[in-house]
Amino acid sequence: MEQKSIFSVISPIMAGPSSSHTAGAVRLGLMARNIYNKNFSKVKFVLYNSFATTGFGHGTNKGLLAGVLGYSVDDSRIKNIFETETSIKYAYEYVQDISRHPNSVDIIFDNEFIISGDSVGAGEIRINNINGFYANIDGKYDTLVITYKDKPGMISSVSNMLQKQNVNIASLHCDRDSKGGDATMYIAMDIPVGDDIVAKVSQLKDVFFVTNVRKLKK
Amino acid sequence: MKILSFADLINICKEQNKTIWEIAEIEESALEEMNVDAVRLRVLENLIAMREAITNGLKSDEKSISNWCGDDCLKLSRGYKIRPAIFGSIFEKITKYAIATAEENLRMGRIVACPTAGSCGIVPSVIIAVAEERQIAEEEQINALLTSGVIGLMVSNKVQLAGAVAGCQAECGVASAMAAGALAQMLGGNVNEVLQAAALAMKNILGLTCDPVCGLVEVPCIKRNAFLAVHAVTAAELALCGVESKIPIDEVVDTLKITGQLMSPLLKETAKGGLAQTKTAIKLEKKLFKKNF
Repeated sequence: MEQKSIFSVISPIMAGPSSSHTAGAVRLGLMARNIYNKNFSKVKFVLYNSFATTGFGHGTNKGLLAGVLGYSVDDSRIKNIFETETSIKYAYEYVQDISRHPNSVDIIFDNEFIISGDSVGAGEIRINNINGFYANIDGKYDTLVITYKDKPGMISSVSNMLQKQNVNIASLHCDRDSKGGDATMYIAMDIPVGDDIVAKVSQLKDVFFVTNVRKLKK
Repeated sequence: MKILSFADLINICKEQNKTIWEIAEIEESALEEMNVDAVRLRVLENLIAMREAITNGLKSDEKSISNWCGDDCLKLSRGYKIRPAIFGSIFEKITKYAIATAEENLRMGRIVACPTAGSCGIVPSVIIAVAEERQIAEEEQINALLTSGVIGLMVSNKVQLAGAVAGCQAECGVASAMAAGALAQMLGGNVNEVLQAAALAMKNILGLTCDPVCGLVEVPCIKRNAFLAVHAVTAAELALCGVESKIPIDEVVDTLKITGQLMSPLLKETAKGGLAQTKTAIKLEKKLFKKNF
């Protein structure tokens, strides 16, 4: 069992009214922003189940938007974000789908990049899908997301590079669409890696792209 | 924190001859890889944010989305001026501060989830009101908040602190146990008295359901913060006189968990039972949903 901190009980300092529906929403937005890591002009949110039904009363829609724009969970501007934020276009869709977690969202950047995640309680979140690939990112660790062509030796090539920099791997997950097809690797690390490592991994043969996803602030 | 149960906590406090908050800051400093001063500073940041939420809440009468709530704190401020509370000024402050914080929460104001956002008024109102009225130093308030954190954490090791999992027992109920322990600590209680206070508070909220009208953190959540803050004071007063829970605190936590499991999902944050299904609640829901969809 993972040891818990007393700050899991006291905290977060947040804009109300709900840790799962408001703070969790902001953090899902922040995490999606870290993953996409590009400027965007349009974003769409598909809210599922409880996010869809009681979200409006909890400011879930405002929280998600605040997150993708980089606001922190305790930002007092979240409340009036619809009045103040004009830099991007945003839209919402509300869906009931029992196959999804009760507090679930798809965040779609520029009609092309889809990130799905759940708010799992007490402000904790989990990103579970990026563009159709299984993901498991909770925002507690700096995480390398690598898409590549499935082939033997990829894990060891990447982990060797990390070892040389004395980076300890906290967890590692891989997924692929088919044998020899497109694959994704998620490496949660105890310390962040620099841009030099990201560049080196990017240059490996058959690596399509690498994103260095920063962890969320506590 | 490596300590998983109250029984272990009691043993460790005894072996090391330390208070709960002393154990907490040592354990926390190891877990978070920061020194004890940094842990205390982080607790202080939360305490300051709690104070600010109270200050903001006391000033505001802005209504919530439902347009139903948001002006109760102001009513208390006015009412107590005309007719002081029979329990005196500490009671006045506790009820005002609890509702000020809870109302600030529903306005999307800045609050500290403690343990949850819906129960955010209970621990701060008790610690801050008593500290102000009794001139209790900031360091002592930090100790009290650390103590309350340990109590909440021990419960959360067994039960997820969410209305959807165990009803309001696990939110306002646990907050009340945390506040009771914090208060006993601030008033000079020993380890046993602190945990007896928490046990007594928890024992007397077992079965508390989560039936928020329209699924919002408003009715009955806001006023419940004031009720369970006062409830915490009762528990601390009894414990400090030597009254003890006949059922050990770990068993009370187990009972809370099992009661939560026995509770119908209709009464666990789904808004499908209890107050949420009254005639008035349904009428309000129709009005609200028409406006927003």
